Amino acid sequence: MAALAQQLNPGTSSTAQLNRPAVHLGALTRAFGDRTVLDSIDLDIPAGQFVALLGHSGSGKSTLLRAIAGLDHDVTGSGEIQAPNRISVAFQDSRLLPWRRLLENVVLGAPGGGRESASRGRAALSEVGLSGRERAWPRELSGGEAQRAALARSLVWEPELLLADEPFGALDALTRIKMHALLRELWERHRPSVLLVTHDVDEAIVLADRVLVLDRGRLSLDLPVELPHPRTYRDPQLAEYRERLLAALGVKEN
Amino acid sequence: MTELISPQLAAPPTARPATAAANLASSAAAVSATSRPARTRSVRRLGPGRRLPYANLLGPLLLLAVWSIASGAGLLDPRVLPAPWTVVHTGVDRWLHGTLRADTTDSLWRAAQGFAIGLIVGVALALIAGLSRIGEAVIDGTVQINRSVPTLGLIPLFILWLGIGETFKVAIIAIVVYIPIYLNLHAALSGIDGRFVELAEVLGLSRWQFIRQIVIPGALPGFFVGLRLGVTGSWLSLVVLEQINATSGLGYMMFQAQNYGQTDVIVLGLLIYGFFGFVSDGIVRLIERRVLTWRRSLSS
Repeated sequence: MAALAQQLNPGTSSTAQLNRPAVHLGALTRAFGDRTVLDSIDLDIPAGQFVALLGHSGSGKSTLLRAIAGLDHDVTGSGEIQAPNRISVAFQDSRLLPWRRLLENVVLGAPGGGRESASRGRAALSEVGLSGRERAWPRELSGGEAQRAALARSLVWEPELLLADEPFGALDALTRIKMHALLRELWERHRPSVLLVTHDVDEAIVLADRVLVLDRGRLSLDLPVELPHPRTYRDPQLAEYRERLLAALGVKEN
Repeated sequence: MTELISPQLAAPPTARPATAAANLASSAAAVSATSRPARTRSVRRLGPGRRLPYANLLGPLLLLAVWSIASGAGLLDPRVLPAPWTVVHTGVDRWLHGTLRADTTDSLWRAAQGFAIGLIVGVALALIAGLSRIGEAVIDGTVQINRSVPTLGLIPLFILWLGIGETFKVAIIAIVVYIPIYLNLHAALSGIDGRFVELAEVLGLSRWQFIRQIVIPGALPGFFVGLRLGVTGSWLSLVVLEQINATSGLGYMMFQAQNYGQTDVIVLGLLIYGFFGFVSDGIVRLIERRVLTWRRSLSS
């Protein structure tokens, strides 16, 4: 597995990556008709940083992610976006093609020749704990397994930036905790920049080193989370962060 | 079957373990169902359940049995409907000493030609219309108009254009075949899940990779629906064509038999048509099951 990490990041140390910004947004504005969804957003994400983006539904989280991914074809907007070439996107659904076996799904469109990409795909599948399932059909997988396969598909691309749009939103609570550990582990090994869109405050604090709150199209809070990893939900230090984030989201406990 | 029946006998009548056993389809499940206390609420199975072996043959065999019994008991006037064995005897006789063999090959050849052309044209047009907006603008409306004109109504025109030989027959069959293939494939192509389109964009697939990996496999289920309709359509139009303007073929044979009052020959022709339709549909279904192994639905 360490060999794969080297194979995926040849010649770049993680410290060198941290010095240049991976994502730069300048006065990014997006609107659907009369409604402004993103209102002049400025954001820099250093290379290799794990960022979570919180917000209510309809706050523009997904719009921001789609803008960075270049998926917003029919919106009006302005502003500057700088992002790496190698971007992977993890969706809320695993989005595996039901008519392709697992390995074919994981290496779909992957760079490199057939044999090379197949061996890369196998390595990625074994990293997410799915070795031996290469020939399975997607419908044979559980929700958690499918989402792990989707992570493997993202890894094959050696992404410099991983955009994740509520990737664990459809999973049950137990599977979600396992997936958090896996995602963090994969990040430690490959060090892509991560932008994780979520509405789960705890998920954001446990995983990310920096949490952004998006409220009515503006970034209302930019909070670094300086706690050592691995973090657990029971850690009492999380409470303080949780309170600040919930306050920024306008949620009052009790 | 024994494991399905035994729990029914052992369990109280309110519980319905047969359903559970059929669901899990194992003797272990049946045992657990018997040892389980009686359930107050029984679960009604709403899916059609397991597939019966050779289920396709059951209906036709039943029909044949009824026919045989009715003929044997003398309930059927042979001038109205001759007995199955009479039809079989006529068939063997005509195959060995008559023109049946030539008639059958002629009919098969016409259907095959028309079907092949219809298939190619239908698939090509659907691909062009389904994959490009200009193609759709030009083709789709035209096909929709063609669809609403009864194809058999084109026969007089086609005879004037193409003569009364083989060409017009093949052309009519091709039209009957291409329409359902086009309609279903085009609908399937334009109904490709937008989420997969997004995925292809994220993965940076080329247009060709997108078509090969996502569009075509995703549209295959719809294609097979059209293919089955097309196969049946080719036989359907053949019957009509061969009875109007032909000097050979099964339809011609039946037309002649009508003039001479040979009911057995007419029934023989019908049976052969039915047999070919049934077999060709079965072949398409077999291919479909092979190609679409990834699918699981009520029909599996």
